[in-house]
Amino acid sequence: MTDLATAPETHQHVPLRHPRLPAFAPLLAAGIAAAAAALIGMTLSWNLTGIVALAIVIHLVGLTLWSRTVENARAATDRLVTSLVWVALLIAMIPLVSLIWKVVQEGSPALNAKFLTWSMRNVIGEPGGIYHAIVGTLIITLAATVISVPIGLLSAIYLVEYGDQSKLARWIRFLVDVMTGIPSIVAGLFAYALFSILFGPGTQMGFGGGVALSLLMIPIVVRSAEEMLKLVPADLREASYALGVPKWRTIIKVVLPTAMGGIITGVTLAVARVIGETAPLLIICGGTDSVNFNPFHGQMASLPVFIYSSYTQPGSNPEILKTMAWGAALVLIIIVMALNLVARLAGKFFAPKRGR
Amino acid sequence: MNRTALRRLAAPGVAALALGFALSACGAGNETGGNSDSKLSGTLKGAGSSAQESAMDAWRAGFQKDNSDVTVNYDPSGSGAGVSGFNTGALDFAGSDAALDPTKGEVDAAKTRCGANALEVPDYVSPIAVAYNLDGVDTLNLSAKTVSAIFDGKITKWNDPAIVAENPDAKLPGSAITPVHRSDESGTTKNFTDYLSQAGEGAWTHPADKVWPTTSGEAANGTSGVIAAIKAGAGSIGYADESQVGDLSVASIKVGDAYVKPSADGAAKALEVSPIDDSRTEGDLAVKVDRTTTEAGAYPLMLTSYLIACPTYDGGKADLVKAFLKYIVSTTGQQEAADNAGSAPLPDALQQKAEQIIDTISAK
Amino acid sequence: MTSVTTETGSPKRRLGDLVFANTTRAAGVTILVALAGVAIFLTAEGLPAVGAKAPDLKGHSNLLTYVAPLVFGTLLAAVIALVIAVPLALGVALSVSHYAPKPVAVGIGYLVDLLAAVPSVVYGLWGIGFLGPRLIPVYQWLADHLGFIPFFDGPASNTGRTILTASIVLAIMILPIVTAISREIFAQTPRLNEEAALALGATRWEMIRLAVLPYARSGIVSAAMLGLGRALGETMAVAMVLSASGVVTWDLISSTNPSTIAANVALTFQDATGLQRNALIASGLVLFVITFVVNFAARAIVERNDPGKAR
Repeated sequence: MTDLATAPETHQHVPLRHPRLPAFAPLLAAGIAAAAAALIGMTLSWNLTGIVALAIVIHLVGLTLWSRTVENARAATDRLVTSLVWVALLIAMIPLVSLIWKVVQEGSPALNAKFLTWSMRNVIGEPGGIYHAIVGTLIITLAATVISVPIGLLSAIYLVEYGDQSKLARWIRFLVDVMTGIPSIVAGLFAYALFSILFGPGTQMGFGGGVALSLLMIPIVVRSAEEMLKLVPADLREASYALGVPKWRTIIKVVLPTAMGGIITGVTLAVARVIGETAPLLIICGGTDSVNFNPFHGQMASLPVFIYSSYTQPGSNPEILKTMAWGAALVLIIIVMALNLVARLAGKFFAPKRGR
Repeated sequence: MNRTALRRLAAPGVAALALGFALSACGAGNETGGNSDSKLSGTLKGAGSSAQESAMDAWRAGFQKDNSDVTVNYDPSGSGAGVSGFNTGALDFAGSDAALDPTKGEVDAAKTRCGANALEVPDYVSPIAVAYNLDGVDTLNLSAKTVSAIFDGKITKWNDPAIVAENPDAKLPGSAITPVHRSDESGTTKNFTDYLSQAGEGAWTHPADKVWPTTSGEAANGTSGVIAAIKAGAGSIGYADESQVGDLSVASIKVGDAYVKPSADGAAKALEVSPIDDSRTEGDLAVKVDRTTTEAGAYPLMLTSYLIACPTYDGGKADLVKAFLKYIVSTTGQQEAADNAGSAPLPDALQQKAEQIIDTISAK
Repeated sequence: MTSVTTETGSPKRRLGDLVFANTTRAAGVTILVALAGVAIFLTAEGLPAVGAKAPDLKGHSNLLTYVAPLVFGTLLAAVIALVIAVPLALGVALSVSHYAPKPVAVGIGYLVDLLAAVPSVVYGLWGIGFLGPRLIPVYQWLADHLGFIPFFDGPASNTGRTILTASIVLAIMILPIVTAISREIFAQTPRLNEEAALALGATRWEMIRLAVLPYARSGIVSAAMLGLGRALGETMAVAMVLSASGVVTWDLISSTNPSTIAANVALTFQDATGLQRNALIASGLVLFVITFVVNFAARAIVERNDPGKAR
């Protein structure tokens, strides 16, 4: 402070700051670019996409040049990169918005009580329902969950409580990571090959879908459960041991309940991830028009396969079935979003109280 | 902490269970009631020709309405899938746009699967349309030779002299032609390529096959995929079962000296003049379609689809297969297909033979 | 961070502990067995295809020439997707970690998660029903004006069902995972490094270039590779969008396109007979090996350069 006060004032006028563009410069540039692009675009009668693309280019070039003349080259680069980052974000959001908009727009006319309570059995030339597909999806996903959760949870317990840094544990951890990258179609082929060998060639049943999906689901369950178990404070375990509780009871009565919220969140997210899988079910579950409650016998419809086959093989009434495919896509997205919401809520609801 | 966590867990668990029970307690709104006089029950699993899809939808619906405890599944995944699925024993019956091929061992494989020669009866006769999407051109006349050149990639523009010569009055643009073919194995492809190789005057050099032989042009999955691709692309042309082309324009093909539009009657006429393949076994009603017929009004670019089944089945399945197949070839069934899929009802003589063959199905 | 000791202090192990420990170990081993099972079953079912001949391989003389074009298509589609997705993902990740104000960043995070939650079949529906038709004029323009580049040789597809469309859909599908991992890595950059750079007078971009990017490089590489793994194995979106002829071509915008392994299996598995099915399963094995190697490498890079461990 004192330095500043005693600084020689005889020096020629040296600005302490470089000239800066005003804070609203990017917005101003964007506005001018949009107006210019609209003007040019309209005179050349371009469509909206062209105008927006032109506006972005004008904005990028204009702002950079402006900054370069007023500020300096470094600042200009900085502004260019900042603009590019926002443009990237904008471009990334376009597909999401257009996808949701398209699905809602095309799918909502199909939604009604009949759509949700009817199957496609004996339905010709009129819109039917997707009840059979919803039931199938629930049963198949339930089967996958019943298989994956015990295996996944127990493995996570092994990794955290018993294996720790042992060779086996490290291999499991690593291969579980790799397993998250298994293509879903490969899981389907595996289930198909397995069931062909066990129950004769060409066997299709809902449970097979459960097996295929569990292959995709287990790694997600293991990873999330492992993270959650790691978060359980060691003090809790030590306290329990000190009371003479055996390790296995400690895990079941102390560790698991503490981590329950996170585990439920992880499982729900895993369910949300696999409930929309199509490729394996196409191969191992097949499709049917009727409701099938038995996962161990016969083909079973599911929402993703219904969407795929209705859109690609609609038969003689393509318009009706395509609308139904969009409607089913909307229902599927709603289910997935609901599961994500449930997962977040569960995470909050079951979170261990931190008031020790 | 443990207690409360479990109690918290219980609430959503109970809710999920309740939902599950609520769901499993009741069937779909349209699956209750129906005719309970029928003694038949069980599930039939079939697959095959996607050309038959519309007709099969009608047959399944009609049969399931009469027999409410029966479910018939039919996966229109393609004739190749149908035959292979049937031969491995995964399917109870198959629908195929081409008769079992003895040179590929299909007849023998079917014999192994059934323990006796498989039964094969025609159930669906329908014209294949050459459909196109070209603004301002409502009628188009093409000879098999020109069609061959288009699909072989030798004619690439709509105003090619060969097309202009056959359509002197049409306003043909200079835009590119996109030929659309099936990417999957298909009996429709086999019938189409069979027509081109027989009637194409040497312009089509590939043999008749279920797999599309060239790699040029656009590939689409299934009959519906081909229709969708033609609809989506201006300047596209493709081949598909006539019942499914919807509002697309269809070309007339040259038969003798005239140009004939696809129609059920034309297909039936072409079938009537074609002989039954007498090299086949007793229960095998394969027809040798004469693609080069010059019969007036006949439309030789048609497909004959077959039902393939075993002469014997385990237990109750025999009655089920027999009842369903009989329903298909019956006058009612054929009429239903004609109403729903625009197919040609089987000629009387052929229908009676088919019924006799189906009557021989029995339990093991 | 694991804070558990394997020794509980008690010399004699109780029966309950023994049973429970072994149950959990068995569950872990089950996973290894399942993974091995996938490899074994695919090999067992795929091996018969080694001797397959032309009729079962769509006219190819042996398995190698049958699978090779599919591998080409798979790699082509995935690499294009990666080229499109990585810059976008880095932009989004940077906007979340370094540019956007906190509430906006949280909102963007939710939206990206939303993108990840959309099932692939819906992407396929969107690709064929919305994106493809809208790209037709773009392809026409590319073929007319940039036709001298082999990629845009044309003739332009008039249905939009090209490998470029498929790659764009794939890019959108892998965007969330690449974004999520990069975002995490960016956020872990030591605060001191960043502030030191800023204190030396660096602009925000210079700070990112000097402090954030070098720190995150291996993380970005592994994020990209995980995205690549996803793109290689993605099935339905490609199967629905692509007009696949199975040729080898660099032309990205015509209606005659290479096929990918996954899409080829999904489209032709139902039709396939006997040896054809074995050939498809063999191609599935090839895909499994490729994705396994890519994921293996990606995870290995993460393990080696785990920012949490190093520095």
